[in-house]
Amino acid sequence: MQDYEQFQRIHLDVLKEIGNIGAGNAATALSSLINRKVQMTVPIVNIVSFDEMMMEVGGKDEVQAAVFVQATGDLSGSMFFMVPPEEADLFSQLMIGDQSKTVSNGDELATSAFLELGNILTGSYLRALSDFTSLEVVQSVPQVAIDMVGAMLTQGLLEISVSSDQAIMIETVLHDIEGMKREIRGHFFLLPNPETYTSIFESLGVNQL
Amino acid sequence: MSQQVAEVIKVGIADLNIAEHPETIMTAGLGSCVGLILYDNFSNIAGLLHVMLPDSTMARNQSFKEGKFADTGIKALIEMLERKGVRRTNLKAKMAGGAQMFNVNSNNEMMKIGSRNIEAVKKQLEEYRIPIVAEDVGGNRGRTIEFLIDQSTLKVRTIQEGVTYI
Repeated sequence: MQDYEQFQRIHLDVLKEIGNIGAGNAATALSSLINRKVQMTVPIVNIVSFDEMMMEVGGKDEVQAAVFVQATGDLSGSMFFMVPPEEADLFSQLMIGDQSKTVSNGDELATSAFLELGNILTGSYLRALSDFTSLEVVQSVPQVAIDMVGAMLTQGLLEISVSSDQAIMIETVLHDIEGMKREIRGHFFLLPNPETYTSIFESLGVNQL
Repeated sequence: MSQQVAEVIKVGIADLNIAEHPETIMTAGLGSCVGLILYDNFSNIAGLLHVMLPDSTMARNQSFKEGKFADTGIKALIEMLERKGVRRTNLKAKMAGGAQMFNVNSNNEMMKIGSRNIEAVKKQLEEYRIPIVAEDVGGNRGRTIEFLIDQSTLKVRTIQEGVTYI
């Protein structure tokens, strides 16, 4: 299934709902981790070229901190949790209670705290998807990096690029975290592999393409 | 004399293009992808290819961007340069990229695509008998590159190391 042109409104709405349920669960997990209220935006589902996708996160050489996981099983694809480096610092400081350690300076404790945060968030996102669709989702060991957005996101596009020049990007933004002085934004990107769409739509009883 | 503002030609992922001095040509955020520059010392023209995958036999669809794969991309770039009058036998190469951004320990071949891309580009260049003059490949950092045509110099920027010229 690589011909996204056949996708109809209903298919995109189903994917939007998937983003909603996944990110909703992740937002709840984040909220209880840092003991603050967390808001999230309505998910955006876009069929985009690889370059367009990079623009969504501020351009290819914009620097972000990312946790990357691969999903395998009935529902396969790549997932990223991305935040600006200074927000990764803030999150990890909230978790370890030490202001002197930062992810952006490569501190090991701070980095592993951020990785664990990403692990929990992507895990709750994917678990919600699995429950909703009754599809098996196996999550890989998460990986962390702070680097150029384009360089990191490409890893999630490789499987897709074998069969298409476009990707479907399910994007949700967490924001307005209670008690934070400035606007904090965290992005979730879910990039399903093309062959997984049939399973998703079938399991949710949406008419086939 | 009117002031000339040199334009920067930006090449996207899985894409290719050429530029003529005083233009420069660049591509941003290379991770596992390889950025390849083909140029000569006689014309003021250089080409850039942003390779994503090593080989077009991997393609599962009939039509794809030729710049996506090392084999189809290099062929297309050489032909594009030749149409501008650049001679194939004069071509030289500089390349950067092919990093492993995430240290994933898995059997998934896609996780080691950076080194496979480097290998594939080198193999193609060898077949076309195009010498590699300079390279900055491998590692685990993202790179943004820009080629300064009149100096035949490739500017490589990473987050950690800053800017280097090769």
